[in-house]
Amino acid sequence: MAGMGLTSFALPKLPFGSRIIDPSEAINGGMDVANKKQLADAALNAAKSAGATYADVRIGRYLNQFVTTRENRVQNIANAESFGVGIRVIASGSWGFAATNDVTAAGVARTALRAVAVAKANSKIITEPVQLAPQKGYGDVSWKTPIVKNVFEVPIKEKIDLLLNVNGIALSGGASFVNSAILAINEQKYFASTDGSYIDQDIHRLFPNFNVTKIDKASGKFQTRKSLSSPVGMGYEYLTPDAANKVSGIVTRYKDRYDILEDVKNATADVAQKITAKSVEPGKYDLVLDPSHLWLTIHESVAHPTELDRVLGYEANYAGTSFLTLDKLKSGNFHFGSKLMNIAADKEQYGSLGAVGYDDEGVKCGHWDLVKEGVLVNFQAIRDQAHIIGLKQSQGCCYAQSWSDVQFQRMPNVSLRPGKTPLSVDDMIKNVQKGIYIIGDGSFSIDQQRYNFQFGGQTFYEIRDGKIVGMLKDVAYQATNQEFWNSLVAVADERDYRLGGAFNDGKGQPGQSNAVSHGSATARFNGVNVINTARNI
Amino acid sequence: MSILSKEEAQKLLLKVLAYSKADECEVSLTGTESGNIRYARNAVSTAGEIGRLSLAVSSSFGKKTGVATIDEFDDASLEKTVRRSEELAQLARENPEHMPLLGPQTFAESITYVPATAAITPDTRAEAVGKSIQVCKEAKLEAAGYLENSTAFEAIANSKGLFAYNKGTDVIFTITTRNAEGTGSGYAARGFNDVSKLDTYTATRIATTKANGSIGARAIEPGKYTVILEPVAVTYMLENMFGGLDARNADEGRSFMSKPGGGNRLGDQLMDPKVTIYSDPFNPDLPSATWNREGQPLEKRIWIDKGVVKNLSYSRYWAGKKNVAPVPGPGNIIMEGGDETIEQMIKSTEKGILVSRLWYIRMVDPQTLLLTGLTRDGTFYIENGEIKFPVKNFRFNESPVIMLNNVESLGKPERSISVESYRSYLVPPMKVRDFTFTSLSDAV
Repeated sequence: MAGMGLTSFALPKLPFGSRIIDPSEAINGGMDVANKKQLADAALNAAKSAGATYADVRIGRYLNQFVTTRENRVQNIANAESFGVGIRVIASGSWGFAATNDVTAAGVARTALRAVAVAKANSKIITEPVQLAPQKGYGDVSWKTPIVKNVFEVPIKEKIDLLLNVNGIALSGGASFVNSAILAINEQKYFASTDGSYIDQDIHRLFPNFNVTKIDKASGKFQTRKSLSSPVGMGYEYLTPDAANKVSGIVTRYKDRYDILEDVKNATADVAQKITAKSVEPGKYDLVLDPSHLWLTIHESVAHPTELDRVLGYEANYAGTSFLTLDKLKSGNFHFGSKLMNIAADKEQYGSLGAVGYDDEGVKCGHWDLVKEGVLVNFQAIRDQAHIIGLKQSQGCCYAQSWSDVQFQRMPNVSLRPGKTPLSVDDMIKNVQKGIYIIGDGSFSIDQQRYNFQFGGQTFYEIRDGKIVGMLKDVAYQATNQEFWNSLVAVADERDYRLGGAFNDGKGQPGQSNAVSHGSATARFNGVNVINTARNI
Repeated sequence: MSILSKEEAQKLLLKVLAYSKADECEVSLTGTESGNIRYARNAVSTAGEIGRLSLAVSSSFGKKTGVATIDEFDDASLEKTVRRSEELAQLARENPEHMPLLGPQTFAESITYVPATAAITPDTRAEAVGKSIQVCKEAKLEAAGYLENSTAFEAIANSKGLFAYNKGTDVIFTITTRNAEGTGSGYAARGFNDVSKLDTYTATRIATTKANGSIGARAIEPGKYTVILEPVAVTYMLENMFGGLDARNADEGRSFMSKPGGGNRLGDQLMDPKVTIYSDPFNPDLPSATWNREGQPLEKRIWIDKGVVKNLSYSRYWAGKKNVAPVPGPGNIIMEGGDETIEQMIKSTEKGILVSRLWYIRMVDPQTLLLTGLTRDGTFYIENGEIKFPVKNFRFNESPVIMLNNVESLGKPERSISVESYRSYLVPPMKVRDFTFTSLSDAV
């Protein structure tokens, strides 16, 4: 599920065990690599001596910076650091995990023993021992997100000034309220395993966003429009406006560079228009879905059901299972969608939230197909699952949100490939007789096996006889997953391809967040059921 | 160990306060020891333990505040943290909503800590899970479940002499059971402060009964139905509404508690007279701390009284602006029930649906609190006072406010866990007319 929150504005939440730090501390390098290697070896040796047949150690320093504002004031500035070590072992055929923020030789050795004790306690009730796909050790290697400007090196004042400028534009344009924020994350992760890997990674993510609210005092009704930015795996360069990265149309949308001041001006105009917009007539419509909207539909309806742990039942008690079964994969002819549905899994894509060099169990990352011309061809797997779908090695989908959480299967970036024949959005709309063009993500809900879903959006435009005729409100569409993807009749070409994403995809018990991107070009789905969501209390 | 006693915590906090040179200083300590075990396909999948103790220092000069935290406790580290918070405060902008710290308060001792829960080990967890797996194997079902126990304490002290301490324990257990064909699914959830009340065997039995009873579900038309919601379903449906019992959002015009034309709905009859919702730190089934992070005492308080909005929370800042007394938000939520059993509710239903659990609820419209989500893990058709057959799951679009206007009868409140937040609530099963189902789902 994408996020646990119910508000459309992304409120920051510090990871468990974070400590607040001075901003200047965030740009020192933390513990040096030689020290980390020494501590990792101490943990691996302690685990092996206690009877572990496999062990991995993650020494993690997780930096978060949140600057949040509303109207003319700063609400919160938080700089936090979380530093500790998580140790995972296999002993007596069972997994065990323990974590501590006591990152000393004695602390990690004690924690390794605790992990082995947990594994041994659990081994009494296992049915079969853990089977790990083989993984070669890489020796000493490193990887870094290719950023231009480290967000943590940009003075806080610059960020505050930008956000208060955003708020000023909204208020002077007639908004009643505005919230804005810059959220930044830096994961400095050192991984070592008994396979002989020592992997040092420096991963950066950024999410600038706002939410504009306008209240119509007479009716007591209010409307909101949030930013069309996306959380990205980039540095502060994402906030440098660039004409070449803008997509023109009914409202400007953005690729690898975001113009927040332009977007808030547009949002303020949109929110006023939403108040007087026509309430939608329920019925069947052809939907034209912008990538700023479609990413969330892809996330919920395609990326989640292709997670192998769901397919197998490991998430049955929380996130759910999947309508995609092993049989459907093995048949080789399960038609998930129309021939235009080509879905790629990718852990390397530039600017994406899922891009890393190696996953959290030491597997080098890559890319693969999940759906080809509408047919299901693969799932997403990690080391202890690979053998179940006949893979000789893991696909590198293992992730833990922090040192204190155990790593498990999380989705890579999952994206709809753009159309191969040239098609612009304007040309796509020209062919629609009765449709709705949806921009931005809104409300979302899907069942535990991913059959039935309902999505809202930020702005909705009515299409009549090939033309946009005005704005609509109270729109949500409901569909059955396979039916929906088989109604895909057009995908714009790569000129329109953009990434959207979530900072906080929730899964697991205890719950963990994963950051992931989903790309697409604008796509058209025919004959989708649209409901009217207006009510009176 | 990361759990300090009241005396240990107070001694440490006073030492830290002595380093302060700020106009005002507040220090807080939090410590947690937790353990978990997760299982699926009738075997353990992941399990772990974690301990953590940390200290936060908040220093203020006028309306400028800085916060620093640390998890090292030698004198030099403590003093360094105080200095850092003071430096950050000097660099901060003035916060127009800054409120001065509270002076000494009187807090009652809470009843949230149970030693037996604090004593849980990896073996205790494995044993409890073993019992659950055994029940599932016997019922020829697959179990997926989760058990987590935690002991946590929190203490605050400030330069005006306030000190507060609370220690609590918690254990939660959730279990989903499914048949191999994927045509039946059942669920149970339990949460307690006292682990001796946790019976994983019986809870799993309930889940297996639901799973086997839900096999062979038939499709019936979506539409408006009388529904009987079990407490797990009620909790998840109402949780979103509980979060909105705040005056500021309402006064600002962006909440279901906002009044058209301005102001909030305090004093309005917003729900059926059978609905009374309150909080009480000393409820034996759902105790809470007796103070909040601002150092305000928490006492029994009624939020909805016989359907009338009796109280909304007011932060100290907002209370000052509105010239009313501050009202701290609830530490727990309890909804009064009635005396009907679920069996009696079924018996008096001509045509309706019994809902065991709801799933993936998201806000569609915050103005009306319209929510969407789905039923799961046991949905049954009722006709002429009897359960006739299991039915396929539905998507609903419904507002809890509208739902609480349509209450027909209430049962005995039970402690129940929200599917997503893992927060516990004490809510009754309820029978509600005209609940809106909008489509069908094939999900089991």
